[in-house]
Amino acid sequence: MTAAAEDILGTAAAWKAEGRGVALATVTLTWGSSPRPVGSQLVVDQDGNMMGSVSGGCIEGAVVKEAVEAIGDGKPRLLDFGVTDEQAWDVGLACGGKVQVFVERVG
Amino acid sequence: MKLETLKAVQAARDSRRAIVLAKRIADGAEALVYADRVDGELAQADVVAAARAALASGRSETVDTSAGKVFLHAFVPPPRMIVVGAVHIAQALVPMAAMTGYDVIVVDPRRAFAADYRFPNVTVLQEWPDEAMERLKPDASTAVVTLTHDPKLDDPALQVALTSDAFYVGSLGSRRTHEKRKARLLDAGITEAQFGRIHGPVGLDIGARSPAEIAISILAEIIRTRTAQTEPAERKVKAA
Repeated sequence: MTAAAEDILGTAAAWKAEGRGVALATVTLTWGSSPRPVGSQLVVDQDGNMMGSVSGGCIEGAVVKEAVEAIGDGKPRLLDFGVTDEQAWDVGLACGGKVQVFVERVG
Repeated sequence: MKLETLKAVQAARDSRRAIVLAKRIADGAEALVYADRVDGELAQADVVAAARAALASGRSETVDTSAGKVFLHAFVPPPRMIVVGAVHIAQALVPMAAMTGYDVIVVDPRRAFAADYRFPNVTVLQEWPDEAMERLKPDASTAVVTLTHDPKLDDPALQVALTSDAFYVGSLGSRRTHEKRKARLLDAGITEAQFGRIHGPVGLDIGARSPAEIAISILAEIIRTRTAQTEPAERKVKAA
């Protein structure tokens, strides 16, 4: 493995080792045109710092907010985003696709 | 996700083993499914069977099981790129390939070229290409690119690459160089069909001139070759 490749799990482990609270968000389902494939991941710390992506930047803001809450309460969450969804329209999933994201605390 | 689960996934990746992380959506219960064993609480027979299928296909998906909705996250070893010739173009190609997700190995027996400081964070083998290639055994997820221009170094590497399952073989050089290369390799016992696998002149024709531009054209050609093989249906739809 090279350090140049984007290493989300490596970042999660490193942040955890620094004593930060860490959560992982993973794309678990997609419908239609979605920018990132199933399995794509975003790592988030308790302050909202993030690496990786689960969309083209459309839903990361909302996912980070949920991830920070998951770090706090330890409960996993399943988030749905799509054009038929009021909230997704707000956060602007402009591609017209739908995506489901699983968020959980690490450790 | 448990920290030990995360570390086990990293360990599998570092040793280039495929692994599937099965995770119940409802509560995050998990199991790590290897080709030969299962670790974790989510070890129902139908979950493991579905995970083994994902292990074979390399595709992540959400499935319905006797344990409820389970996300199968397939982690497959990244593709490899073997770059023969630690030359100026390689210095541009190697970091771009690493950024694209390739495990990159640079091979060059010449000490001045194969210096680690020229290629941070990747494996540099200061060895003869035929010996290194025999040991690395290019497989169906390996690309091989020769960049030395020197028949002493390029030809032995190509002889191994052309008789391997490498999904891409590219060789730097003009059309004339390529014709001469053909004569030499056919003399050495490579068949016309095997020689025909070489992408030469290497890279997509984008009018590349500088080392970085040539590196982009090579990497683009490698990406196109790989997606045409791994996602033929999707590629066809896009082309239409």
